[in-house]
Amino acid sequence: METVVNSVLLTLLAIVTIAIIRQRSLFGVVILAGIYSFLMASVLIVMDAVDVAMTEASVGAGVSTIVLLATLFLTNSRENPQPRNVVLPLFVSGSVGAALIYGTFELPPFGEAQTPVHLHTAPYYLQQSIPDTGVANVVTSVLADYRGYDTLGETTVIFTAGIGVMLLLWGRRRRKDNDEGPTSS
Amino acid sequence: MKLDLILRVGVKLILPFILLFAFYVHFHGDYGPGGGFQAGVISAAMVILYGLIFGVDAAKRVVPNGFVQRLIPLGVLIYVSTGIFGMLGGHRYLDYGVFSHHHPAHGHEYGIMLVESGVIITVFSTMTAIFYAFAERGRS
Amino acid sequence: MSVISELVERYNYFITIFLMVAGLYVVIAHGNMIKKLVGLSLFQTSVYLLYIAPGKIIGGTPPIIDPAYKVYSNPLPHVLILTAIVVGVATLALGLALVVRIHEAYGTIEEDEIFSQDGEI
Repeated sequence: METVVNSVLLTLLAIVTIAIIRQRSLFGVVILAGIYSFLMASVLIVMDAVDVAMTEASVGAGVSTIVLLATLFLTNSRENPQPRNVVLPLFVSGSVGAALIYGTFELPPFGEAQTPVHLHTAPYYLQQSIPDTGVANVVTSVLADYRGYDTLGETTVIFTAGIGVMLLLWGRRRRKDNDEGPTSS
Repeated sequence: MKLDLILRVGVKLILPFILLFAFYVHFHGDYGPGGGFQAGVISAAMVILYGLIFGVDAAKRVVPNGFVQRLIPLGVLIYVSTGIFGMLGGHRYLDYGVFSHHHPAHGHEYGIMLVESGVIITVFSTMTAIFYAFAERGRS
Repeated sequence: MSVISELVERYNYFITIFLMVAGLYVVIAHGNMIKKLVGLSLFQTSVYLLYIAPGKIIGGTPPIIDPAYKVYSNPLPHVLILTAIVVGVATLALGLALVVRIHEAYGTIEEDEIFSQDGEI
């Protein structure tokens, strides 16, 4: 039953992706990207990744859509033209896809329990999470305790992105004859 | 004006529940899906929704821009200080055993709580500051 | 027949590769900068799927420890992808801020027109 739901959601994802490629109105592209994020969150729930699904739904369909719509408003964009040269990108993408599909034949089949992924560090985290930290959600204990240094790097990346956006968009929009400058906000 | 009225009344009713849900997701990150990142984004979504419906000036009266800009480094500072606090106690960097010597599991729980509070502060203020920066640029 | 059953089993991976290739095509072929950034985020989400799909065990539950369940899905890819999602949105916000500044400097966000304007100088 899980595999049927999984397959249907993945087919819907592929259809929405084709619609994003073919769509010429930029507003439609932004809304389709929001639909794509929600479908991806549903697929992640079927794959038992509940924390990741919550993050993808709130970040991908929430903040991403807001920032894209703000950029559409600030740049007065409506439509994008059809690409003129299609043969070379299709050939490059097709060859990359064929090489990757050839590579996936070596991956283990979907859903097996005895693959090397599940045999080395993951059983240690699943068994030792409650005796070591007392936290039942293994993802939180790995994120904040066992791999806390990576989360420090991630917080620094968010901090840097916020500072960068504020530096780029400080001040008012440039007028034609006056020069722009940082005004008090 | 009539179409605007439904949006204003509806959003005013739903905003406190969004904030409550953000705090629920943050504090129950130990027992269910959740944690600092999701909670920070949901609470920033509350401020963004208020700014979308009532105007960015009204949102800046509730959550001022200077306050948000000072919160961004505060979260990173809390995170880094938790690590340095471990070093001052004689352990390694980011070692949570320093918080409770006789019962290490409790010490780890305190450490996780401190670190997640740093994460939620940084994520909330960064998303809100990005929204304010994009909204301010178009007003000439 | 075994080829058909193998294909059905690997449907996840095929769709993931298709999403990756579609994102790559949008980045290369389309000239509009906003659409390029949307294509980049398509590419990134397909990589999330590529990481999380091998971690799933059919018959398992999400990795939240409970005495009633014995088999859990692998928690390690979830942690890595959580970081990757947040880094992805940070990159998207910075890229869009750059697009806004490019529009103010050149008046357009189409790649061909920007190249022709730069070539004149």
